This record gives sequence, C-alpha cells and structure tokens, in this order.
Amino acid sequence: MSILEIKELTASVDGTEILHGINLSVNAGEVHAIMGPNGSGKSTLSYVLSGRAGYEITGGDVLLNGTSIIEAEADERARAGLFLAFQYPVELPGVSGMSFLRASVNARLREQGKEEVDQLGFVKIVRAEAQKLGISDDMLKRAVNVGFSGGEKKRYEILQMALLKPVMAILDETDSGLDVDALKIVSQGVNLLRDPQRSMLVITHYQRLLSYIVPDKVHILSGGLIVKSGDKSLALEVEENGYAGINDAA
Amino acid sequence: MVATVETITAVEEATGKYKYGFVTDIESEKAPKGLNEDIVRFISAKKNEPEWMLNWRLKAYRHWLKMPTPDWSKLAIEPIDYNDIYYYSAPKSIDKLNSLDEVDPELLATYEKLGIPLSEQKMLAGVAVDAVFDSVSVATTFKEELGRAGVIFCPISEAIQQYPELVKKYLGSVIPVADNYFSALNCAVFTDGSFVYVPKGVRCPMELSTYFRINEKNTGQFERTLIIVEDEGYVSYLEGCTAPQRDENQLHAAVVELVALTDAEIKYSTVQNWYPGDETGKGGIYNFVTKRGACKGDRSKISWTQVETGSAITWKYPSCVLTGKDSIGEFYSVAVTNGAQQADTGTKMIHLGEGSKSTIISKGISAGKSQNTYRGLVEIHRTADTARNFTQCDSLLVGQTCGAHTVPYIVSRNPSGKIEHEATTSRISEEQLFYCLQRGMSEEDAVSLIVNGFCKEVMKELPMEFAVEAQKLIGISLEGSVG
Repeated sequence: MSILEIKELTASVDGTEILHGINLSVNAGEVHAIMGPNGSGKSTLSYVLSGRAGYEITGGDVLLNGTSIIEAEADERARAGLFLAFQYPVELPGVSGMSFLRASVNARLREQGKEEVDQLGFVKIVRAEAQKLGISDDMLKRAVNVGFSGGEKKRYEILQMALLKPVMAILDETDSGLDVDALKIVSQGVNLLRDPQRSMLVITHYQRLLSYIVPDKVHILSGGLIVKSGDKSLALEVEENGYAGINDAA
Repeated sequence: MVATVETITAVEEATGKYKYGFVTDIESEKAPKGLNEDIVRFISAKKNEPEWMLNWRLKAYRHWLKMPTPDWSKLAIEPIDYNDIYYYSAPKSIDKLNSLDEVDPELLATYEKLGIPLSEQKMLAGVAVDAVFDSVSVATTFKEELGRAGVIFCPISEAIQQYPELVKKYLGSVIPVADNYFSALNCAVFTDGSFVYVPKGVRCPMELSTYFRINEKNTGQFERTLIIVEDEGYVSYLEGCTAPQRDENQLHAAVVELVALTDAEIKYSTVQNWYPGDETGKGGIYNFVTKRGACKGDRSKISWTQVETGSAITWKYPSCVLTGKDSIGEFYSVAVTNGAQQADTGTKMIHLGEGSKSTIISKGISAGKSQNTYRGLVEIHRTADTARNFTQCDSLLVGQTCGAHTVPYIVSRNPSGKIEHEATTSRISEEQLFYCLQRGMSEEDAVSLIVNGFCKEVMKELPMEFAVEAQKLIGISLEGSVG
C-alpha cells in the first residue's frame, strides 16, 4: 500500500507557483529518489510536504498512510510519522542535544498514547544509536548543531531519524557538503534504517549518493514537474547525459 | 513569516493565562488609605516598634517628601497617586501565632495553591520558608532547626524586637535612607520582610526562601529584607512573588540589603512572577525595587541571580559594592517581557577593593509590544587596582513590535582595571522554530526549549530546587513566543 501519495500537487512561495502538479506514490518499505537540477523545486517539495510556513499548497492533495495531511500543522505531520532530514540543519545555541532529542521523541510518544521516556533510559538508547553513526558522547553533550562540522550535522540528522522511527522520511540533499568518507558513514546509517515499515524519499542533485543508498525508483524533477520516472538506471543516465539530456527526452 | 505571526498571536493569548491571578477571601485589617506622618506612626505602632525605629522612619518620610520622582529610566509610568494606596494590610487572624497549626487555613490553602506548602512535612526538603502576605509575615518554617545551627531567619519586624543591635547596625548601612525615591518611601512605610543572620564560620544548612504575596486591592507592598553573613559564613536565599489579577496597578517597592564580611558568601536568587497586567497594559504590579549588597570583607562574594517574568513595570538594579580586597560580585539575569510589559533592569558593580572582580550575564527576552532594557554600571575606583569586570548582554526578540535596549555605563578611574563588555541581539528565527516543529514539538514547547537554551548560563546559577520551576515559568510567560 502506498505510504505517501502526492496527487496533482501545486504549491507557491511568496505568490509564485513553484510546483505545478506533482504526482508521486511511495509504497511501504520503498526508497524513491528525486533528482533534479538546481531550482527545479526539490527543496520546495520537501518543505511543502513537511508543512513549513510560507510554502503554500494551492491545489492537489498529499496523503500519509491514506490520510490527507495538507491541513495539518508541521508538528502534527511530524508526529504522524513524517520526518525531514534537513539540508542545512539549524543551530540551537544553548539547547542541549539530549533535551532536544528527548523533547522530540516524547512528543511522538505522547501522540501514540505511549509512556514518555525518562532521562536515564533515554541516554542509553541515544548512546546505542549514536555509536552506530560514530557520534561521540562529547558531541551529544554539545548544543544542537552548534560547532558541528558538515558531516557531524548530517550524522546528527540520521541519529534523529533513528530515534524518531518515522514511517516516511525525506532526506533533503543529505549528501551536500560531505566528503566520501562522511558520505559512506551517513549512507550506512540510512541503510540500517531501511525497513519494510519505513519509506524514504531521497532528494539529491547527484547520482553519487544513490550508489550508496540504492533506490527502488528514481524520478526527475524539473521546472516544478516530474518529467521522468524509472528505476535506478535512470540516475546513471543523468550522470552520463546531464539533466539537459533528460529534459529533451521528456 | 506566517509562523512569526502565529507566534505573536500565541504570545498574546498567553498573557491571559496568569496562573496566580486568584484572590484569597480573607478578612484584613488595614490602615486608612493615604500617606502622611500619622500613617508612618500607625505602622510603627502596629509593629510595636521602639522609638529609634519610628524616628528612622519619620526621617526617611521627610526626606522622601522633598525628593523628585526619578525619570531617567526608559519606562513610561503613569503618575502614581501615593494617597490612593493602603500602606498597611494584614490578615485579621494573624495576631501572635505560636505554631503553623494556628495559621488561618485560608492562608495555608493560598500558599498551597501557589505551590508553596507551609507545613514542614510537605515542604521541599532542605528549604526554609518565610511567607509574607500583604504587609505581614504569616509563617516562617524550620526556625528551630536553623536556630540550632545559630542561623537567625525571621520576619524583620520580629528582628527589630529581638535583635535590635544587629538591625541598628546594619539597616540602612548598604542603602542609605535617602538613596533614592523608592527606597526612601520603603524606609518610611516598610511593613515586613525577612531577616537573616549567619554567624561566623557557619554554612547555613538549608536554602532559605521568602514568598511574597500581594492579596488586598489598592495595597502596596513594601518589604524589607536584610541579610548579614559574618566571616566565613554562607547562605543561599531565594525569593518568589505573585499577586492576584487586578485592573489597577499596584505598587511594590522593596528594599533588600546584603552584607558579606570577610570570606563570607551570599547567593541571592529571585523568581519574580508578579501579575504582569493584561495584553493592553491594564493592571499589573509596579515593581520598583532597590537591591544592593556590600562585599565589605576581603574575599567576600555576593551573587545575584534573577528570573524576572512578571510585573507591568520592573525597575530594578541588584548591585554590589565591592569594598573588600579580592571580593567578587556576580549578576545573572533573565528578564522576560511580553504583552505591554516594561522592564528596565540591570546592575551596578562598584569596584573599590584591590583585585575585586565582577561578572554580569544578562539575558533579555522581549515579545509582544513589550520594552526590555538592560541598564548597568561598572565603575572602577582609584583604589581598585587590577579590578576586573566581564559583562555579557544578550537580547532575544520575538516579533516585530517589541523593543530591546542595552545601556551600559562604564567608568574606569584606575589604569590597571580591566573591563570587557559583549553584547548581542538576535531573534528566534523561523528556521529554528520549524526545525523543532518538524521534530514533533508544539510551537510552545519549541519556544520554551529555545529560550531556555538562550538563558542556560543564567538558569544554571539557580538553586536546583527552583531551576525546574523557573524553566517552566519562562515557558508559560512566553507561551508560543519565541524567545
């Protein structure tokens, strides 16, 4: 069944329409990649889906687990199991990582009617997940994203994904700003989280990431529309011919 | 930008949510309205005061009559009719209590509702409380246990009777009678407050705290606190304040004096949550307070920590006079203003002693249509060789209609003195807010988290027992507002 269903979605930013009618369906456990040139609407799509203020849906619908989410606030969508790994994670000066992570996880648990985690139990869970991503205790003690390197920020995003256990994760240019080693660690972390109960939408400019996170489907976004869909070989085609070639073919 | 608008709306809604706005229905005895020498005499007589105390009050009153209202702050204050205020109000049932069992159940219930149970079994472990209701102290807990350690903790009215020598020696020694308009007024009409004396070499075995509550309508609260710590002594003291939600402004003009002798240390923390008025600026407490500590002894230390979330207007500069050699003054402040609140707060660090050091960390958060000013003086005198100060003032703005202002005064008369001043102004960005929302937090929780992060350096200075409460309070005061 489809976890995420996007139907004829149009959206504007500051009164300018950026998405002109997106159709996309992601089934349970599938990983889809969205590729596209700069300015094609990739980041806009991730913000529209996650409900960021200022990204206005003007038409169409988005269903998460069969329920429309376009009227829901960003935090409600998050608690329903939608997760966005940010391209540029935001610094929260003075906010301890542990408080931030626990507030996030508890918000989700409350929504599910489950008991919140206590501080001590939570530290253990976080440490175990952090270890898999090579995140040190020292980094967990620092303020959220403050003074983190590019690679550390991206790993921290994946840590949050591991803790929040989303049903639908959107990874917005997770590869940007990463060297090969960091890319491998982050991809490994993402692959560990692949699960029949979890779908992913991997947004990227380059094919490179998709050698590590192998997608079930690839879609080319251009000018606010999906111009072509295919399997992972489509990504290689982009690598070879560039987006211009794809556009022509479409 | 939408989020910002929603944030502002949430902030405005939150201002209607003052949790302590209830009124206790209790019969009280009041002095006639207004202020004149007879009222001063009335208060003094009510307290059964000795002649010297009455004369001291009258001297202050005559001074006050000649003083102009201060107008140098960045505050818009409606003229106050000093003859339209009750200067004395006491619950009728309060006369001569021997134990907590005799306290009017209405009063106990009031403090219970405020989260301050006065029965010792139920109290926070290790915290002694003096509860001041309008003009009088209604209960002081753990007196005996403190007495065994040699610590005196009692209402100041009682101290005047029982320890007149100490009171005579130190009352007005840090803040002279004619220091300023509001302190002079306080000297004339103060009704109660706390007195603490820690003898030589004693570390006070528990946190001391006073909870101030204004209940009566049209009543001013003029409390007076005096804390003396002898050589090598230590005390940590906390005050909390609340008042009912009323349409008129009420005046609270307190004076707090601290005296630290050689190697003594005083840690004074305030969580101020007076009723702030409604979002249009109607009602609320005028909080005009003079607080000053004297580091008289060598290596003495006074540390002020304040979390200011309430009051319609706050005018308050807890200060340190650093006379002792190598003495230390600290000021840690979080001031949150929302709705139509105004705050003009900061500190004065007066360096007289050689090698004296001071640290100022101020975090101002303004939301709604509020105005939040940090005003601080750092002064290094000729005698203060190698004195040092470090000041950091950070302001956080929520929305487009509030104001944050920083007014530092820096005077150095000694070339070996060193003064550093850092200041920043920022906003809670829409980006930060969205990041938290995307993790499932409500906007209110997100703001509270971000603001508490912003204030962290100050919050960690609060005694553990109150840090959690203060954190929540900041969340409530800003419900939905960024920080």
